[in-house]
Amino acid sequence: MGSLLKKRGWIIGFILAAILFPFVSQNEYFLHILTLAFIWMIAVYGLNLLAGYTGYLSLAHAGFFAIGAYTLGLLTVKAGLNYWIALVLACFLTSAIGAVVGLVALRTREHFFAIYTLCVGYIIYLVIDKWDSLTGGVRGLIGIPAPTSVGPISFQTPLSQYYLILFFLLFTVLVMYRIIHSLTGRTFIAIRNSEDLAQTIGISTMKNKLLVFVISTFFAGLAGALYASFIRFIGPDIGYITIIFDLLTYLLVGGIGTLAGPIVGTFLIVTVSQSLQFLQDYRMLIFGPLLTLLIIFYPRGIVGAYHDWRMKSLAKKKQQLNRKQTYVHTQSTETEKKIKEG
Amino acid sequence: MLIETKKLTKTFGGLVAVNEVDFTIEKGKINAIIGPNGAGKSTFFNLLSGSYSPTSGRIFYKGKDITKLPPNKIARLGVARTFQTTNLFEQSTVLDNVIVGHRLRTESNLLDAVLRTKRFKREEEKCRDKAMEVLDFVGLTHVRDQLAVSITQEEKKRVAFALALATDPEIVFLDEPTAGINPGETEGLADLMEKMVEQQITVCLIEHKMKMIMALADKIMVLNYGEKIAEGTAEEIMNNQAVIEAYLGGDASA
Amino acid sequence: MDILTQQLFNGLTIGSVYSLVALGLTLVYGILHIPNFAHGALYMLGAYITLTLMLLWGVHYWIAMAVSVLVVGLLGVIMDRLVFHPLRNAPPIHDKIAAIGILLFLEAFAQLIWGADYRTMETPYGQVIDLFGMTATMQRVLINIGAIVVMILLFLFLKKTYIGSTIIAMAQNREGAHLVGINTNKVAMLTFMISGGLAAIAASLSAPINLVFPGMGHLVILKAFVIIILGGMGSVPGAILGGYILGFTESLGATYLSNDYKDIIAFLMLVVILSIKPKGLFSREGF
Repeated sequence: MGSLLKKRGWIIGFILAAILFPFVSQNEYFLHILTLAFIWMIAVYGLNLLAGYTGYLSLAHAGFFAIGAYTLGLLTVKAGLNYWIALVLACFLTSAIGAVVGLVALRTREHFFAIYTLCVGYIIYLVIDKWDSLTGGVRGLIGIPAPTSVGPISFQTPLSQYYLILFFLLFTVLVMYRIIHSLTGRTFIAIRNSEDLAQTIGISTMKNKLLVFVISTFFAGLAGALYASFIRFIGPDIGYITIIFDLLTYLLVGGIGTLAGPIVGTFLIVTVSQSLQFLQDYRMLIFGPLLTLLIIFYPRGIVGAYHDWRMKSLAKKKQQLNRKQTYVHTQSTETEKKIKEG
Repeated sequence: MLIETKKLTKTFGGLVAVNEVDFTIEKGKINAIIGPNGAGKSTFFNLLSGSYSPTSGRIFYKGKDITKLPPNKIARLGVARTFQTTNLFEQSTVLDNVIVGHRLRTESNLLDAVLRTKRFKREEEKCRDKAMEVLDFVGLTHVRDQLAVSITQEEKKRVAFALALATDPEIVFLDEPTAGINPGETEGLADLMEKMVEQQITVCLIEHKMKMIMALADKIMVLNYGEKIAEGTAEEIMNNQAVIEAYLGGDASA
Repeated sequence: MDILTQQLFNGLTIGSVYSLVALGLTLVYGILHIPNFAHGALYMLGAYITLTLMLLWGVHYWIAMAVSVLVVGLLGVIMDRLVFHPLRNAPPIHDKIAAIGILLFLEAFAQLIWGADYRTMETPYGQVIDLFGMTATMQRVLINIGAIVVMILLFLFLKKTYIGSTIIAMAQNREGAHLVGINTNKVAMLTFMISGGLAAIAASLSAPINLVFPGMGHLVILKAFVIIILGGMGSVPGAILGGYILGFTESLGATYLSNDYKDIIAFLMLVVILSIKPKGLFSREGF
């Protein structure tokens, strides 16, 4: 269960850096980009639990992201519901749809699962795009309200939104950490290793896969809902295939099946793309081959590569230590022999 | 009698892989299934552990009909198995690989994990202890904290045994447990099987290494072309005309 | 009645294109078990290459198509050597992600070179002809004839030549093919070559009746996946039949149900099929 975040220092470091960032830089643009990155991270964590820890590559998650966003948007704009109630409903509706889709999709495996979910994602996109009377079609949905105040805390400023979304991200990381470092998490990993083996050690694979799928769509929905209230405008393209490819790139670069991967990958790619603004439309010229190269040479991304490197250096140290010990050991036995002989 | 099959049959398309096999596994003994390649041994195993559902026939475990049960439910009843190839999570330690084996004897769910409840802590502890215990039993305490990728082939086999034992089984099915390891190590694994029987765990295995089977097994069944051609002790099997013919391929007197 | 025949002819035309794309996809899947998500990008490049040759150098349509087939075929081979070959023994999730990476790259590449605009391809066969009482452009007739000719040639190649039969042998049993001395690497490259070529033919034939743009492969590739699941992953006749079935269904659905939702038909079909049969329509229960 190797992960960077296992080291408490890394976690505390990350939290501190995230909390202190606004004090260091007053730049609203950076704040905006970081907040957006936090939202993507939440979605990537959802994807990671499913694809990374359970071995099911879902290409429908952009669709679930969009369901979360549109549910929140429609409930607040058209139904005039309270923001927080709409947020909760958005998450639950997304996971409910996730449960229905998962129930059928999870009967398929490997390539079939990927293609099936790809098609589900596309159906979700098309429905949003074509269902003009409900979703506003290509014109999108505008005027989504920012989160309403909770007691004395209001979320109208970019700074307060930054902290609100950071809070949700930390909540996500905590939940993921606890799931992965538990029997439940071990169960998921066992399914990824071999479903046949998992079944013979008494694991109900269908039940567990469905559970993962629902959790995973829950976080996709949460991210989508937060996105809607942060950007305040949504269009059908947030459910398009390109979004899932973006999420996958973040996950793969950071490290699929690692706990810190989603943060590292998303942060890196988002900031790099920002500094390569001129590349915006062509960023895939770089990220496409990067994705392919990573999967060939570093299938577990930056975090996985770092982890392997640490394991190796640790093993080397251990070996050297062992060698010393055996050396001392042989010497002492030889002396013993000599003493006996002598 | 721990497990009993009645006219167990499995066909794939038009091909009969296992044909009306009646077989009994006796409690507290080492039972073996042998036969030439393609005799249907693996299929028979997969039927017993629930991985395949039979075309016809019945399987009873302690008198209870388990024919229609899925493999995870069969495992809960106390039936464990290993596979020919051991799928371990290589980036993780040996201990971590085995802990999940006791999962089926625990109740804690997602909420317990997220909220870190008392039950969660108790059961995490329980599974860890169980994993240590079975690793000790199979003699792997010394590699407990190593990554699974770094251990030897024979050690991987032992981890597979440990994983099966962690489920608290009454019977363990071993699918060619000594394939791909050397004679010295084979003997070590044979000792381990005898040790399991001493602990009241019934063993049933598929094996190619005849010498080992003849010395080890209390009871042997021979399959050929999906049909049972003989059943009995090692001595009975060795003198069975049908078995000799099957193995030598035709008329034994020729 | 008139509308019906017209729609059936449309269905046949769309179906021809789908079949050609699905054929390339199914060949690669059958032999290498790779769901090649980048296949749609090959299709898109096929159209652009033909278009560019015609516009820039005034190359004749057929010659431009031939060059396009060669270039895209070679691109397929390069993809196999650089990406899929090194991943041959990797977990199945890796192939898919690598293919997606290639897809993203090729699309961005097309956008860089040709821009994001929608373009039209002129065809020397734009004239309207009268066919059994209905009107159609010559190009549409050509698509149908072209597709059938290509399918017959492919069939003859697979069945009647030695090298074609090695492809079939390898599709049936990879290890077995290796044991009897078939150079599996060569067959893999050849398969990618054919697959890319088929995509280029399909794109060049259909471009004059559609638009050419970087994302033109998305829907086509998705539908091709639906088709090969419908027809059995790796099955050649299945891909052809599935392509025509989808073509007819869409064309009729657009007329009699809703033009807006016609693209959903394919995906709903797939979702229904996989819901009932998780391993596809023609899966065999293996050992």
